[in-house]
Amino acid sequence: MSDLTAMTLAEARDAIRAKTISSRELTGAFVSAIEKARPLNAFITEAAENALLTADAADKRIASGQMGALEGLPLAIKDLFCTKGTRTTAASKILGNFMPPYESTVTQNLWDAGAVMLGKTNLDEFAMGSSNETSAFGNVINPWRAKNSNVNLVPGGSSGGSAAAVAADLCLAATGTDTGGSIRQPAAVTGRVGLKPTYGRCSRFGIVAFASSLDQAGPMTKTVKDAAIMLKSMASVDAKDSTSVDMEVPDYEKLLDGGIKGLRVGIPREYRMDGAPAEIDALWSKGAEWLKAQGAEIVDVSLPHTKYALPTYYIVAPAEASANLARYDGVRFGYRAEGVRDITDLYEKSRGEGFGAEVQRRILIGTYVLSAGYYDAYYSRAQKLRTLIKRDFEQAFELCDVLLTPTTPGPAFGVGAKTSDPLEMYLQDVFTVTVNLAGLPGISVPAGLSENGLPLGLQVIGKAFDEATMLRAARAVEMAADFKHSPARWWSV
Amino acid sequence: MNAPIKNKLLKGETGEWEIVIGMEVHAQVLSQSKLFSGASTQFGAEPNSQVSFIDAGFPGMLPVINAKCVEQAVRTGLGLKAKINLRSLFDRKNYFFPDLPQGYQISQYKDPIVGEGEVLIDLKDGETIQVGIERLHLEQDAGKSLHDQHPDNSFVDLNRSGIALMEIVTKPHMRTSEEAAAFLKKLRAIVRYLGTCDGNMDEGSMRADINVSVCRVGGYEEFRRTGSFKSLGTRCEIKNVNSMRFIAQAVEYEARRQIEVIEGGGTIAQETRRYDSKLGETRSMRSKEEAHDYRYFPDPDLLPLEFEQSWVDAIAKTLPELPDEKKARFVQGGLSSYDASVLVAERELADYYEELAKGVDAKAAANWLNNEILGRLNRDGLSITDVPVSAAANNSIIQMISDKTISGKIAKDLLDIVWTEGGDPRAVVELRGMKQVTDTGAIDAAIEAVIAANPDKVEEVKAKPKLAAWFVGQVMKQTGGKANPAAVNAALKIRLNLPDEG
Repeated sequence: MSDLTAMTLAEARDAIRAKTISSRELTGAFVSAIEKARPLNAFITEAAENALLTADAADKRIASGQMGALEGLPLAIKDLFCTKGTRTTAASKILGNFMPPYESTVTQNLWDAGAVMLGKTNLDEFAMGSSNETSAFGNVINPWRAKNSNVNLVPGGSSGGSAAAVAADLCLAATGTDTGGSIRQPAAVTGRVGLKPTYGRCSRFGIVAFASSLDQAGPMTKTVKDAAIMLKSMASVDAKDSTSVDMEVPDYEKLLDGGIKGLRVGIPREYRMDGAPAEIDALWSKGAEWLKAQGAEIVDVSLPHTKYALPTYYIVAPAEASANLARYDGVRFGYRAEGVRDITDLYEKSRGEGFGAEVQRRILIGTYVLSAGYYDAYYSRAQKLRTLIKRDFEQAFELCDVLLTPTTPGPAFGVGAKTSDPLEMYLQDVFTVTVNLAGLPGISVPAGLSENGLPLGLQVIGKAFDEATMLRAARAVEMAADFKHSPARWWSV
Repeated sequence: MNAPIKNKLLKGETGEWEIVIGMEVHAQVLSQSKLFSGASTQFGAEPNSQVSFIDAGFPGMLPVINAKCVEQAVRTGLGLKAKINLRSLFDRKNYFFPDLPQGYQISQYKDPIVGEGEVLIDLKDGETIQVGIERLHLEQDAGKSLHDQHPDNSFVDLNRSGIALMEIVTKPHMRTSEEAAAFLKKLRAIVRYLGTCDGNMDEGSMRADINVSVCRVGGYEEFRRTGSFKSLGTRCEIKNVNSMRFIAQAVEYEARRQIEVIEGGGTIAQETRRYDSKLGETRSMRSKEEAHDYRYFPDPDLLPLEFEQSWVDAIAKTLPELPDEKKARFVQGGLSSYDASVLVAERELADYYEELAKGVDAKAAANWLNNEILGRLNRDGLSITDVPVSAAANNSIIQMISDKTISGKIAKDLLDIVWTEGGDPRAVVELRGMKQVTDTGAIDAAIEAVIAANPDKVEEVKAKPKLAAWFVGQVMKQTGGKANPAAVNAALKIRLNLPDEG
């Protein structure tokens, strides 16, 4: 293969095992691709030197026949995962030059499997955003451009840097985190695969917290098979995270090609929204046809509380965030404002200067909904709605095995197009937040191009801890869609 | 128990008032490591040497519950005869403070691990009072701000950050400062018996917030009957009182202050106050309006705390005999209720007493302990754990008194000797010839000597038989205190021809 960076994770793994390429060669190819792709601003921290050293170590292990599942495979890591000795920013000024003295469990699992870290990818500040425009390190540019246009588009968010890095062939695969759609939405608008596992499948230990009851790490990859491979290594029960769940992690890759004959695929009618672009509905219908053609049974189901999902999410997530982000106070680590009078001044200035506008907005919302006199009207009711939304899914899953929905209400949009209206930006998550609220697994698969030539995704939602079935259905969508498109490498002159 | 008792009233300008007291006690859980991290809980270590990344609130850190602390809370709940909740929740209590690294304290708000229970307290006048426990919950301690280390900066020590505390909340069932202090003493005794808290108030292992209000006579009774807080006055909370003595002083001062305010035509504002032990007064810290809005909500990092009744039952089987049960046993053994309650207040004291009283008269042992041993400990500034003469040795002294081997007076001298010089009391008695003389020959000789030297007194005693005591004293002196006083008495009676009663 002439361009090593265009390989899928599975292809590269097999090539390394067959010793047709070395990790050093592969890593070197990505290092130079990353250098050339700096206009995309996908990385906050590049780790070329360390990557090459790790690759050499991997090559030695390969030579001696000791190979982990991901031996020598270069990955990009969302800069929300704490990485020991490599600066971790959460794309916020407030973390300053924070150098974690510990490693997140998910990344540790990846390194234990032999993977190589290329660098830390850009994201919305503290993962709060759907366009990667709230980053203190500048926005990420989507590698894709609309037909006959050179207008810069957003890569989605919050895992926008990881999405762009995968789409632009700057890594074999990347990690993301998904609190309301932060893996699936950017994967969809960059034409790649993004998987959010069941809540509790991956440890949250060492991941900078946004909303603890919703946050979940997952892979962003080029193919469904790659997602299956990545998830197997990322997932684990962890004594350091009480909410991680002790469930067997199956060999997803092996279970991938079982076919979907007889699989019951639910189509939730509430996801057909007034005013949604016709091409989204059309793609959705096409997706159902594809699955039906492969032997699945299409079932009409109802998720009646869907319309409450966004408001519920925008109460629960900010509430938890307002407490999770209280630790960034300028006292022990990270950014501290200069010239302060007293402790209150230190708090106000450090947090006022350290947090960006969207993060401040969500801290304010969260503080408000938890306040005496408002708690019952907002937080308490949101928790009740969350229970109802969860129940909707439980009832739907009595009739079907997976659900099929669109991932986003539309393709990638222009940089700055939605920044003036937070509510319009929040609508990006309309098809994805329900899954987080219910703690279920969801995966976005590239399914086609919009009229203006931009990728669109379909989402498969699975039952709790049944990622295997979900992946099988996703694989069926992938095969039928046969999405072979890649963005033109306009950034690489 | 509920009636307004005269001696519990305070007299104001306009009449009599009742005091009503409730308490919130923070008791540090005895455990090797913190509530949600593996860091050590050892007291007195170098600042910030016992801090995990969890305790310091680092990014991505998650709390993991320490099962030992949960067990200790359940154990304490059982000791308070309280309802153990098989399912409880941890909440975040949000506020900013430099020694609160996470920006919130993990506590239990709506669903505590332990529900209602009760504690019995014994008062000096023999009255026993039941104080209701409202709840017990687990929470993290905060760190410590140090303001005296640098001219411009404050420092923070996080060693304490994350240590497990039990917050024990009483119902407003105490009526006098004596009762409040007695409650805290009793609670301290219970947790020390249980081994769930060392009760060390100097090191801050036990701290009390005291809620005080005053009402007109009858208000409290009304409250107990109806449960309505409206019949009580507005309460003020006195924060962090950390000695038994200060509790009484703070309550006394605060009640007086409230009465003065009300009688002066003012109203009591619900507020938090601080007791200044130097000035002996309470001062306002913050009013209700300034009170924090803690924005409690369930901590999403922790699952609900759930366990089985069988686990609770297994813990219950390991509980030691608690002060109340021990006291009942002591009373049955012949002690007064008050004596017994004093002895059981400290487990070490009770244990010492039990060994001391083996095979001897209970009352005699209690008296010996109270008058002789505790008196000497007090004199030397020692505690019962430092006592230089073992309970077994003291037990042999008491035996020697009761079998008349030595006299009570000699026994005290004997204790002094072994107290300072050590040694086996029986051996010392042998060696130094301290045995009581019952040999009538020796006693008669001593009597004759006294009579011969004091012919005038012999005449006097015939008129005034009470003077016989003087003769007894002289004979005892002659025999170096070793004569058996009863034998001396009997012999004198015959020799001086004294009447039987006198």
